[in-house]
This record gives sequence, C-alpha cells and structure tokens, in this order.
Amino acid sequence: MSNRYTATHTSLRTAGIMVVFTLAFTSMMSQTYRVTRPAIEASEQEQKMRLINDVLPPGSYDNTLLEDFVAAGPTPALGLDRGGRIYRARRAGVPAALVFEAVAPDGYGGKIQLVVAVGADGRLGGVRVTAHKETPGLGDYIDPRKDRNKTRPWIGQFVGMSLADVAPAQWKVKRDGGIFAYRIGATISARAVTNATGRVLEYAAEHRDALFAASTGSAI
Amino acid sequence: MNLQTFRENAWNGLWKQNTGLVQLLGLCPTLAVSTSVVNAVSLGLATVVVMAVSNFAVASLRNFIPYEIRIPVFILIIAALTTVVDLAFNAYLHDLYLVLGIFIPLIVTNCIVLARVEAYAAKNDPVSSTVDGIMMGLGLVWLLGVLGGIRELVGSGTLFSGIEMLIPGLSPLSVFGDDYPGFLIGVLPPGAFFTLGCLIALSNRVRTRAAAGKPAHAASDGEEAAPAAAAP
Repeated sequence: MSNRYTATHTSLRTAGIMVVFTLAFTSMMSQTYRVTRPAIEASEQEQKMRLINDVLPPGSYDNTLLEDFVAAGPTPALGLDRGGRIYRARRAGVPAALVFEAVAPDGYGGKIQLVVAVGADGRLGGVRVTAHKETPGLGDYIDPRKDRNKTRPWIGQFVGMSLADVAPAQWKVKRDGGIFAYRIGATISARAVTNATGRVLEYAAEHRDALFAASTGSAI
Repeated sequence: MNLQTFRENAWNGLWKQNTGLVQLLGLCPTLAVSTSVVNAVSLGLATVVVMAVSNFAVASLRNFIPYEIRIPVFILIIAALTTVVDLAFNAYLHDLYLVLGIFIPLIVTNCIVLARVEAYAAKNDPVSSTVDGIMMGLGLVWLLGVLGGIRELVGSGTLFSGIEMLIPGLSPLSVFGDDYPGFLIGVLPPGAFFTLGCLIALSNRVRTRAAAGKPAHAASDGEEAAPAAAAP
C-alpha cells in the first residue's frame, strides 16, 4: 500500500511541477510575443518596403503602397496556392505600376518566392527573390545579394522588358529557345524565375484594369 | 566561481571537450550551415547566446526540477528561451536577425544545448554554468569558422562572403580571383562531412601527440579524445 501511495504521490507531484513550469514558460513566451510584436511588424513592413523599393523607384508613385492592395486568392498564374497580395502604385491617382507577390513553383529546391513590379505600360520594373532554397553557390545567383556579378546581376536582365518586346513564346531562357541568359550548371533556377516572371507579365496584361479598379483590401 | 573553474571551463569548451571535435554533438546544424564563414560564425554566435541563457536558467532553477522529469523541463526551458531570443532579435536587432534569423530556431534541434544543460548546468552554480555555456559555444564558433572557411574557399574561392550584411563597409575576399570556377563539393553536404572528418583526424593527431609527449598520468587526456576517432 505504502508503495502505491508513494508512486501516486510522486506522479502527482512531478505532474504538478511540470504544469507549473509549462505555465511559467508559456506565459513568458506570450509576454515576449506581445511586447515585441509591434517592433517586429514595423520592421517587417520596412523590410517589405525595402524590397519593393528595389523593384519600383520610390519616386514613381505617391500613394501609401502597402495600404493599397488587392488580396489575391489561390492564383495558379502567379504560382500562389495560398494567395498573396498585389500592391497598386498610383501617381496623383493615375495607375503607375502593380507589385505582385508571386511564386516560381519549380525551382531546384522547391518554391522560389518573388516580388515582381509591372508598370502600367506593361514594362517590367524589376524582379526580386524574397525566399528560396536553391543550391548555395550554384543556383542562388537568382538573388542579386548572392550573385557574384555585382555590377550586372543576372536578375537585372528583365528590367524594362515587356511582352511587346519579347513574345510570350520567347520569354524563356536561351536553352529553351527563349532570349534570356542563364548560367551553365544551374539552368533550373533561372528557368523557374524566368518562366514565373513571364506568367506574371501575362497575368498583369490581362487583369490590369480590373486590378486597379478593385477596391482596396478586396479579394479577387 | 574562481579563476581555476573559469580556466577549466574555458579549456574544456574551446579544446578538450570541443563540441564539434570531441563530443560530436549538434552535427546537423553544424554541417548544414557551414557553407561559408559568415553563415557558420553567425550560427555559432546565436548558439552562444542560447547556451549561455539556458545554462543560466537551468542552473538557477536546478533545485526546483525533480530528477524524474528533468529532461522535459529542460527541453521546455530551452525551447521557450530560444523563442524569446528569436523574438527579441527580430524586434530589436532586425538587421542582424535577417542574417541570423533562420538559424535561431535551428538551435532547438542542436542537442549540444540539452547536453550541456544536463551534464553541467543541472549540477553547478549559475555563474560557472553561464561561463560553461559561453565557452562551449565559443568552441563551436571557432570550429564552425574553420569548417566554413575551408568549405567556402574550396567551393567558391572566396572568404567572408556576406560579411557586408553583418558589418557594413567590409567586403568579401576573393582569394582565387573572380574566374575561379568553384568546386561544388565544398558547399554541398558531402563536403561538410569530408572537411569535418579531416579536422577531427587532425585534432586527434594533435591530441595523441600531446598525450604521448606527456608523462604517463596525462595519457588519460588522449583516451578521452579517442571516442571521436572511433565514431563513423
């Protein structure tokens, strides 16, 4: 009897202590989360803005870009299977450019997250990779920060291009019969980004007016 | 804590019980992120912070943790503190977080943290436990730095690439010139195993030499290092 009593007693005591520790450390985590959340959100917005500034000159629009967006649902044309945002840049109320969150689903290491700016005239403002899992030192040149050619990074070749200059059938890497450069030994990463960028351009051409007309924050 | 314990902790962490060379713990993040000096040292520094904090916390609370449930409690403490460090870095040191950020959650999977908490902090006072955490972490930092340096040099012919993200104004060294084609195995996982294997072999040689050079009573040093040689 006394043995069973000890066993029960020990179990209850340790369980109680475990609960106390769990509560204490969970509340510590949630407190930290609450305290740090505003700072984290601010720096995430700033980070997003910095990326957008890379693809769209800050002087080319005058609205508050991050607050003027359309929420896209799952959109295969943009590679979004869980949705994303499309920001609308305007200058004095006139449409200036669209900034798409897009995904190239077929990178060597899976999905490649992109930000693509398309001007109202259909010209590409720029493309940036925001997240990827391509092979370090091989396929990661798609991110200009990792590109060893700092003066003319690979991803710069898209700037200023439009479907009027390059037909959709030509919007491919050279190896696939298109016009865009790639680096030997890492075609897949370049192909994925190139094709995804082309799809964004086609999507932008098709839906431009509807995207600019939709009310802010609305879903399409 | 006195000078003697401090020196012992430092010597254990930096060389005698080096996490990467002797204890061979936490190999997964070690091998995965040591593709360049900057990545490797960044992960190492983040580990130092987490190890110091969790060793301190466990040593302070050690009298309240029943022996039977110490492991779940340790894991809880480490995971909670890692989350706090992660959030704090994200909020207040955002530029550094952009470089270190992806590594901080990885630290939870690094069993060296749990190992030191269990083997040292659970039995010692908070101050020397903190020192132990820092020294073990620094031992990992220098090993990761060397590992990352060799892999980066072989793989892409550069050193310190990405340093401009940590310290603005500095730029990477291009050791073999811009036309170095790159020897891919350096940055791929097999390169990590080859390089670490060579480093462990080298360290074992130094250790056995040192043990052989000493009188008989010091030979136990060499034997302690031996398990590393036996590991696959």
